[in-house]
Amino acid sequence: MANPIALKLAQKQKEISVAEFFERNKHILGFGNPTRAIITSVKEGVDNSLDACEEAGILPDILVEIKDEDGGEKNEYKIIVEDNGPGIIKKQIPNVFGRLLYGSRFHAIKQSRGQQGIGISAVVLYGQLTTGKPTRVISKIDEKMPAYVYEIGINTHNNTPEIISQDITHWEKPCGTRIEINIIGDYIRGKRFVHEYLQSTSIVNPHAQITFIAPDGEKHVFERTADILPRPSTEIKPHPYGIELGTLMKMAKSTKCRKLSAFLKTEFSSMGERTTNAVCKEAGLDKNINPKMLTRDQLLTLLKAFKKVKIMAPPTNCLSPIGETLIRRSLKHETQEISPEFIVTTSRPPSVFSGNPFQVEVGIVYGGNLPKDSPVKILRFANRVPLLYQQGDCVSTAAISSIDWRRYGLEQKGGKGIPVGPAIFLVHVASTHVPFTSESKEAIADIPEIENEIKLAFRECARKMQRHLTKKAKRAKTREKFDLITKILPELAKKTSLILNKPIPPLDEVITKIMDVVWIEDSVEYTKKPLSQVIKSDGQTTLYEGSDEHVTTSRITIVNYKRKPLKFNLYALKPREGKIIKADPKPIEIKDYYLKWKIDNIKPTEKIELLFEMTSLAKEDFEENDLYIDGINPEYVIGAEKWEGE
Amino acid sequence: MQRDRDAISKIQSIAEKVYNDFKNSEIPCITLPTRTKSNIVFSEKHSVWKYGKNLSKRSAKTLDGAYMLLRTMYIVEFIKQMIENKKSSTLREMYYISEGWSLAKFNSQQESDSLAEDLEVITGCLREDFKLRPEEDGARIIGNIVIEEVTRTGVKRKIHCQDDVGDAGYSIPYNVEPEKISFKKYDADFVLAVETGGMFDRLVENGFDEKSRAILVHLKGQPARSTRRLLKRLNEELGLPVLVFTDCDPWSYRIFASVAYGAIKTAHISEYLATPAAQFLGVTPSDIVNYELPTDDLTKEDINALKSELSDPRFQDEFWKGEIKLQLQLGKKSEQQALAKYGLDYVTDTYLPEKLSEMGIIK
Repeated sequence: MANPIALKLAQKQKEISVAEFFERNKHILGFGNPTRAIITSVKEGVDNSLDACEEAGILPDILVEIKDEDGGEKNEYKIIVEDNGPGIIKKQIPNVFGRLLYGSRFHAIKQSRGQQGIGISAVVLYGQLTTGKPTRVISKIDEKMPAYVYEIGINTHNNTPEIISQDITHWEKPCGTRIEINIIGDYIRGKRFVHEYLQSTSIVNPHAQITFIAPDGEKHVFERTADILPRPSTEIKPHPYGIELGTLMKMAKSTKCRKLSAFLKTEFSSMGERTTNAVCKEAGLDKNINPKMLTRDQLLTLLKAFKKVKIMAPPTNCLSPIGETLIRRSLKHETQEISPEFIVTTSRPPSVFSGNPFQVEVGIVYGGNLPKDSPVKILRFANRVPLLYQQGDCVSTAAISSIDWRRYGLEQKGGKGIPVGPAIFLVHVASTHVPFTSESKEAIADIPEIENEIKLAFRECARKMQRHLTKKAKRAKTREKFDLITKILPELAKKTSLILNKPIPPLDEVITKIMDVVWIEDSVEYTKKPLSQVIKSDGQTTLYEGSDEHVTTSRITIVNYKRKPLKFNLYALKPREGKIIKADPKPIEIKDYYLKWKIDNIKPTEKIELLFEMTSLAKEDFEENDLYIDGINPEYVIGAEKWEGE
Repeated sequence: MQRDRDAISKIQSIAEKVYNDFKNSEIPCITLPTRTKSNIVFSEKHSVWKYGKNLSKRSAKTLDGAYMLLRTMYIVEFIKQMIENKKSSTLREMYYISEGWSLAKFNSQQESDSLAEDLEVITGCLREDFKLRPEEDGARIIGNIVIEEVTRTGVKRKIHCQDDVGDAGYSIPYNVEPEKISFKKYDADFVLAVETGGMFDRLVENGFDEKSRAILVHLKGQPARSTRRLLKRLNEELGLPVLVFTDCDPWSYRIFASVAYGAIKTAHISEYLATPAAQFLGVTPSDIVNYELPTDDLTKEDINALKSELSDPRFQDEFWKGEIKLQLQLGKKSEQQALAKYGLDYVTDTYLPEKLSEMGIIK
């Protein structure tokens, strides 16, 4: 009898190591071509550094350097990424860099940049494959300890680190990690993307300082614009809506709980007593059964029961959004050369898809030197990481394209597609699990809940944009009227009286007749005031911490150019962050985001001045007033809109 | 002197109106006839087209209106000072002077010229009363006529417009009123007003003025006021028929209209400038067909101008309606000098004699 063919075939079948698999499928990890290789390498290094710093509560200070290793002959470059993070303990260094799928974040359900633990070791592998050279790692975890230097490679057969050399060295930094990886790549073509990636990273990580040194020695610093670390994202337990059968089986097998009810309550999010009972009842399972004893079929019924019972959404405070103010601030900083007319941002409240909390934030930069006749530029981010490729496949692009932008003042063919106009759009999706379309993590998958949130966010932001645009048009008009009454009319009166050799006639009544409105004008000033001058609220002098305080002063002037006395309410919006230190006259209401004055009986041609001062704001946080009125026909008023309520 | 005092008081009245508006808490404004095609009407009395009853209001209620009023006041002051100081200036000089008027600065000379005309319209004075001179003059005359001009030194000088002048002819000064110019002797049958310099020179070279007993006047495109005023005087004082000879395009018809009917811009003084008896000689669209003249295609602007003329009250007679419609149909235009197709002498030997006898000017 001949040997069964299966035996023969079995001789050829062997385990393929993860490392070998990726060696042959480089594109999946973003190393598909030499240009991408450069960007992906930088990106993985920087993402790691940012995560490490934030976890340790350190404001990241990151150096990225790319060195030409052979005069461009074979396109060999040394990628250096250095941070001031907590460092990595000696024992772990080989594993972190020399082993694929090794990391602390893979099993954790929380918002973080890297998720799979493939990132940096994939770069090490790519470097090894293309140049044959190991990766050099220096890491230091404490001032009192020496720094360790490793040269590491990856054994691709069994996915284990290969230590080429190890040593200790003196390093000035108190702590941090530096990696040096030689790779073959195309920097000439990748240059633009590297800059774009670092700039984008800086926009969504305003707390990070990133210094980039290019092969030609040119240095560019992406400045830190916020001195506060983002709120740390917290780990949450899986939510029943998002769980898959395999995971559920694994969890049931390894749990320490002896009863099903305890298992459900302790290992899942949002499972209280009542919900747990309801689920067990729906599944027809005894809540005292030992979860380890559950069969596959029983677990499947449990899974189905999850879907049938109404379970509260998972906690969303585990997310760490960037925030409207910070996005605006860093967009402003990074678009300085464009000198945009305005920047508007919107943060949506957190939401949930398949048991995964997520949150959408968007921003629009408008005007300045931006080209008026090309499609708007879209900056996409997921968990503070810029997405540079596959824009067309991303849910954010679909969401933007489905909005009719024409009614918000942008051009768009047929009211569909990416609009045309002088704008940059930013979209950030933060989630414990960002559903990417592929492992290279360049596009967010088409999840209806996410698409909807992005749409809502952009609509809200677009309304803000539109308000700015109409305001601008209105302002130009009011400017005209103002010129008319403040310059031309007095000059006209002066000239006629000069020709006729008569005294200058009074103008007030004519001006009132011409204007026939209530005129509201405002200005905002941002000053640094020494302590002694600052703060008087309710006549009391309070001292503020710090030697200087930046004060944002807003002045509002109301002139009644109607021919009768009037009364109305005036609302001035303020950023929530702004701390009111002075408001004069006293508003009848001061809320989180507005002040309200009651204007009582303002007589014809009478002028009333309002003022309020705020601290804790950056210059760009409040550059113009948003004024609203009620209790008066809005058509009588120039300079403020109708108050639509809170 | 009385004339100067009148001018001052009239122009000052504009300032008074504005001043009193201020005093009475009214929004300052001045009114004047609307100066557009839609507001010109035929005056039976003068057989010319004048402004109708529509009024435009310049009110300080709008920024533009207020600017206009302020500029008006600056011009009023400027004119008043010129009259008092016995000075005069060209319109262009006034425009440059207005550069120093800060807020009341003009954006272009067209604006300041037009405002000077507004003042004429409002006050009924002539811009000469305001001591404002046009830039353009120097249109030319050649023909058997003796003109007596009072020169700048006050000497009366007689000029025979054939014997005493070169080939370029006698140059018409900007002031052609009787105190400056008078006609002494003449021996001619008609006046031929010619649009282009090239054709004028052709007629002179061919001796058309002598051979056909014509007084040739060069219009130099859209004719200056002085040229139109002189044509009117030649027509009314000497009883000479005036014939207008232009290119064959819509812009040339407007030249004829301003000579014969009065221009829209100066409709307030049409009875003073227009020569209702003037006749259009050619080149007509019919001539294009009859003489098989070389042509160019009408441009989009030409077509629009022709269509606009169809709604212009001055072109509402059968002759013009027919010719303009014919031209729109042909889609072609032509020039005076296209007649050279048949040789340099064709215009003087054939075309003009034929047209003139057709019109009954020569037998």
